[in-house]
Amino acid sequence: MNFKKILPQLLTLVVVILVFGFFSYNAQVNMENRGITFGYGFLSQESSFDVQFSLIEYDGSHSYFRAYLVGLLNTILVSVIGIIFATIIGVVVGIARLSSNYLIERTAAIYVEFFRNIPLLLQIFFWYFAALRALPLPEKAEPMFGVFFLTIKGFFVPAFVWNNLDIFIYSVIAAIIATIFVRIYAKKKQENHGIQTPVLSISIGLLIILPLLSFFLGGVDATVEIPVIEQLSQTSFTYKGGLKLPPELISLALALSLYTATFIAECVRAGVQGVSKGQKEAAASIGLTPNQVLKLVVMPQALRIIIPPTTNQYLNLTKNSSLAAAIAYPDLVLVFAGTALMQTGRAIEIVSITMLTYLTLSITISIFMNWYNKKIAIKEK
Amino acid sequence: MNKLNFLSPDKNNLYAYLYSGISLFTLSILLVFLNSFFSLDLTSFLPGTISYFLPLIIGFIGLHLIRIEYSGLKFLDLINKNINTNKFNALLSLLIIFAVIKSIPPLLSWFIIDANFAGDSKDACSGSGACWAYIKTWFNRFMYGMYPNAEQWRINLSFIALAFLGGVGFFATEKFKKYLTLYYVIIYPIIAFLFIFFFISGGPIFFDFSYGIIAAVISIIIGFFIPSKFKMYYFLIIPITIYILLKYVFFYEELIELGKIQAFEWVETGAWGGLSLTFIVSFFCLIFCFPVGLFLSLGRRSDLPIIKYISIGFIEFWRGVPLITVLFMSSVMFPMFLPEDMFIDKLVRVIIAISLFEAAYVAEVIRGGLQALPRGQYDAAKSLGMGYWKMHIFVILPQALKLVIPGIANTFLALVKDTPLIFVVGLLEIVGMLNLAKTNPEWLGFAMEGYVFASIVFFIICYAMSKYSYNLEQKYKTER
Repeated sequence: MNFKKILPQLLTLVVVILVFGFFSYNAQVNMENRGITFGYGFLSQESSFDVQFSLIEYDGSHSYFRAYLVGLLNTILVSVIGIIFATIIGVVVGIARLSSNYLIERTAAIYVEFFRNIPLLLQIFFWYFAALRALPLPEKAEPMFGVFFLTIKGFFVPAFVWNNLDIFIYSVIAAIIATIFVRIYAKKKQENHGIQTPVLSISIGLLIILPLLSFFLGGVDATVEIPVIEQLSQTSFTYKGGLKLPPELISLALALSLYTATFIAECVRAGVQGVSKGQKEAAASIGLTPNQVLKLVVMPQALRIIIPPTTNQYLNLTKNSSLAAAIAYPDLVLVFAGTALMQTGRAIEIVSITMLTYLTLSITISIFMNWYNKKIAIKEK
Repeated sequence: MNKLNFLSPDKNNLYAYLYSGISLFTLSILLVFLNSFFSLDLTSFLPGTISYFLPLIIGFIGLHLIRIEYSGLKFLDLINKNINTNKFNALLSLLIIFAVIKSIPPLLSWFIIDANFAGDSKDACSGSGACWAYIKTWFNRFMYGMYPNAEQWRINLSFIALAFLGGVGFFATEKFKKYLTLYYVIIYPIIAFLFIFFFISGGPIFFDFSYGIIAAVISIIIGFFIPSKFKMYYFLIIPITIYILLKYVFFYEELIELGKIQAFEWVETGAWGGLSLTFIVSFFCLIFCFPVGLFLSLGRRSDLPIIKYISIGFIEFWRGVPLITVLFMSSVMFPMFLPEDMFIDKLVRVIIAISLFEAAYVAEVIRGGLQALPRGQYDAAKSLGMGYWKMHIFVILPQALKLVIPGIANTFLALVKDTPLIFVVGLLEIVGMLNLAKTNPEWLGFAMEGYVFASIVFFIICYAMSKYSYNLEQKYKTER
């Protein structure tokens, strides 16, 4: 082995070990001085604090681990909502930016330039402290379509009350699996015999019919519960029944999706522009219909460019959802790295768990992305 | 004379279609305009829904009538091509035009007509519009945070001096151009640091760190004359030696006395804030994250396994966690890792944390540029007998960095937009100051004005940055 190659590596390693050793030695001394012992045992202790919005049953008598789960689920909830809306807005705006209509193109461009040049935190504050505060009080709220109530205390929407929900879910899953099989079969048939099957209409039919059947045959039953106004005291009103989306969730999801959508729009634009004109012309010249050109030639190539950066944006959105702490939406950072840390004082354990959670999420997605990239990469001879 | 067929207008009878179409289109815009600016509803005699959609219908018919291909009129063709290619586009164009007309009056009245500009208390703001008096009163705080009013000239002077020193590069003659990189990478940051520490913070003239800076500068200057064979070992040993010599042998007694001189009033970093803090934090993070990111990207592509995997681990760690948890770590967890008597200032901790965080992103961007270079460039450089550093400095990096200008600019933009997050550790830059001002009992209820103001400020900064990076990209674009 070459001396010139070993020395820098050895030096780097020594420096890294020294830094880590220095830190862990100090941490040990500091913790001894404060009388704390390192360990994750506190997770099973009673948390004795309340969280105002939770997807699973939770109150002060549950453990810290349960509080962690509450925070994690809230983070996932706002991320999923954000991702769905960001994708919809992003795709629409991205396509609008490619429009031949000057006004539409300009409007989309102004939207993109404006929203992506303003810090996300500022946007969250804007929606939460300025825009949503201008909403009416519950008793003065005008119903939208008679059932939705947008008030300063949150967005009240009708909820479904289910009977035999599990059968319904099974039917949906069965429909999805059936669709996948139809797709595989259709592809095989096309490859072997050159006959096309109307996959889309069959899939939509399956996805509608199977869940519908579960209503008639499986004993599934759903009723809609509409929120009704209720007086709490002389001046305080609220809505009872239905589902309440707190203003924190709304403003966070709104800001996240509007902000991330600008980046997704740019990804979409770059992807569609990345498909060369010759591809479309070649496809048209061998007799494909405009729909087939889009479906079989343009989209597969555009998606190859669009999907990797878009997944990155999804990841960014998930990480950015931690800004929830600024407006007191009980996400992982606020519940766990905020309240739980204040109560237990276990800075190292809690911050490390929080970071590890996000890290696991990111690394899982990036491993998946690498795999996907390899799979769709054009194989050159 | 051909018969008029209003369902499919054509080039015959062009003017009949044109005049009727344009008059209908103008009528529709006029209806909306009158409705929105003067709240006049000319069509109120019609039933509600029809009256509401009437401008849309009239405009749609008007646009349909003037949709004539190759009419020979330049103006008409321009309109048709840009906003009126088919029915769907015409409808969307109309909707956008109407939305703009509808939104101008409320915006105008909120921003200017009904807004209050004068006054210095809440009572001055009685109108329904914006209360710009609020911004005016708090403007000083939004710019300088809690920094004492009498001392604010120090911030202004430092910024002007730094902007001037930074702009020197534009006026450099050809002869000095080759030293510019050295100037910007090493000398300018040191000057900037001295300004901030000595001037804005009001620290003592000489402090321990300055020995280190002097040692670094001296060793770099000597370094130019050392044969490249020994350079690596030289840079490992000499700076430390000079540092020790300076501190304990040559100047010890004299400088320790000098070091106690303090020319300006000390302003602790907790009092810094507002837009100036945004600039300070972004500026230093920008300076630090670039070299760190550069070395990380080289490390990740190195063939030395230990360096490679340490770089990968470092990059993936910082890229995998949200900035807010990094700041949490720097404020609650990091003090646990230091010896008890050692204290690092909040602002310094934040700058280190953000720099390391953004460095990981910069590293990935630069790696993209390095990967995009064809192998031939490496081989050619090696065949000329260049070593690793020479090859990278003179052949690889100039090309790779040119390729990644947009990516780097995006990362820097993200950095500027991330600075408001330092509220986590209790530092209040402009967004933090807004939140503070919003809760002031004398100025309740002006959140909207504050956020609009900050949005405009950030938009101007970020938009200017992105446009500048675009110009840079065009300037350095070379045909390959």
